[in-house]
Amino acid sequence: MNPPAPALNLRGAASPIVLAEQDRYLARDIERLSRANLSRCFHCRSCGNGCPFIRGMDYPPNGIIRLVQYGLRRQALESHTIWICVGCHTCSVQCPMGIDIAAIMATLRRLALAEGAMIAETNILDFHREVLQSIKQYGRAHKLGIMLRYKARVRQWFADLDVGLRMLAKRKMDLKASRVKAIGEITRLFIPHWKR
Amino acid sequence: MPGRGLNLTDLSYFPGCSLESSARESNISMMEAAEILGLNLIELEDWNCCGSSSANILDKEIAFSLAVRNLSLAPPDRPLMAMCPRCLYHLREAHQRLKEEPETLRAQERRWGRPISLGLSIIHFLEVLVRLGPARLQQGLVRNLNGLKFVPYYGCTLFRPPSLRQGSYYQGEMGNVLTMLGGVPLDKALTQRCCGSFLSAARADVVTPLVNEILASAVAAGAECLVTSCAMCQLNLEIRCTWEPRLPIFHFSEILALALGAQDYEGWFTRHLVDPRPLLQARELIP
Ligand code: SF4
Ligand code: SF4
Repeated sequence: MNPPAPALNLRGAASPIVLAEQDRYLARDIERLSRANLSRCFHCRSCGNGCPFIRGMDYPPNGIIRLVQYGLRRQALESHTIWICVGCHTCSVQCPMGIDIAAIMATLRRLALAEGAMIAETNILDFHREVLQSIKQYGRAHKLGIMLRYKARVRQWFADLDVGLRMLAKRKMDLKASRVKAIGEITRLFIPHWKR
Repeated sequence: MPGRGLNLTDLSYFPGCSLESSARESNISMMEAAEILGLNLIELEDWNCCGSSSANILDKEIAFSLAVRNLSLAPPDRPLMAMCPRCLYHLREAHQRLKEEPETLRAQERRWGRPISLGLSIIHFLEVLVRLGPARLQQGLVRNLNGLKFVPYYGCTLFRPPSLRQGSYYQGEMGNVLTMLGGVPLDKALTQRCCGSFLSAARADVVTPLVNEILASAVAAGAECLVTSCAMCQLNLEIRCTWEPRLPIFHFSEILALALGAQDYEGWFTRHLVDPRPLLQARELIP
């Protein structure tokens, strides 16, 4: 039902790939960290054809694999694709070569954060941060608090206001957060070990 | 299958953040259905978030510890049951890792000061129903679903993630259970397409066409409603659909409890953004 995935569209493909910028170890690192054997990929593009979110991606999933194979580290870590991916595993189930593409995406997200790469989808990252903040505070995710702080962060108070109000009217978002009693056990998880 | 032959009367129950708040109607109806079926659900004392997608993306170790704390709270002598597919996935994934890494297990036991059972069986509500067997369900049947045509919408997680393959498959089970109760499942729709997950909050523009596509496929199959066991799917399908006419989206437990004769459904259905009552009245399931 999807529109066909766009052909592998390497951003700036018109400019030649600079060999000196290639990271020869990238593919090996990603394979080890994600436990997915990406050298098996023969670019059949099944993964992209089934991906529900291909519309919002700059590279199709196999395009990301290509970038990794070419050692184009910056392009892979700064792609929109790795943040748009929700980890639904549709691709991993469909891949004829049994490659867990979702695990590759998760590994790249983690590397991007660890290396301080430029994050292409800051709103998505902000949303994740607000969820984690809520968990730190209450031990549970408090939807209303998350949405309010997220809206403040991205400064889009009026986007989606109708949906938010309908959810409030149906009491889908509680004013008061439900919280864990032994909250100390949770907050301790967030203190860096060298501070404890 | 893990834990076969377990005593299914007493179960620890992990609600999770959605069922505790935005999808309370799912929680209440499931409790009710469970009671009618003679199950004793005991809420996991002082449970916390299962780890969630967001925590897993930002900090895998914190997410792992969050899941493990729940495991450390679970009494070893009864199964731990979850309704949310994503919670089930995170709890099982953490449990799996503890089985593979003895030193991590010991560190986590010391962290929480509680033993963690590696033999704990972690199951989904559907699995409980399947193991109870058709006879128990049919005994409890009070309101026959009268041929209600529904799409059993499983979403992406319930049986999919590769690291869960050691677990059971739930494919088809939601349809099977509701067929026993008189419903008519229609499978020729996008029953496992992802609902949009957290992108619904941050990138609604990507999610709306997807949700519309799922609903269009249900309408094309001739469905009157969708039934899902995931609270996030239920919410995303309701709030992100711009397609008219809108189909009601039920929590699986609501339809189950309704068929088993629960009476206080009014409070569940008024919490829906797409009012399902006209459909149920037309089917003579509620007055
Ligand atoms: S489906 Fe598998 S083999 Fe095909 S392009 Fe995607 S990752 Fe490569
Ligand atoms: S796991 Fe990510 S890349 Fe794969 S189908 Fe789902 S959203 Fe697309």
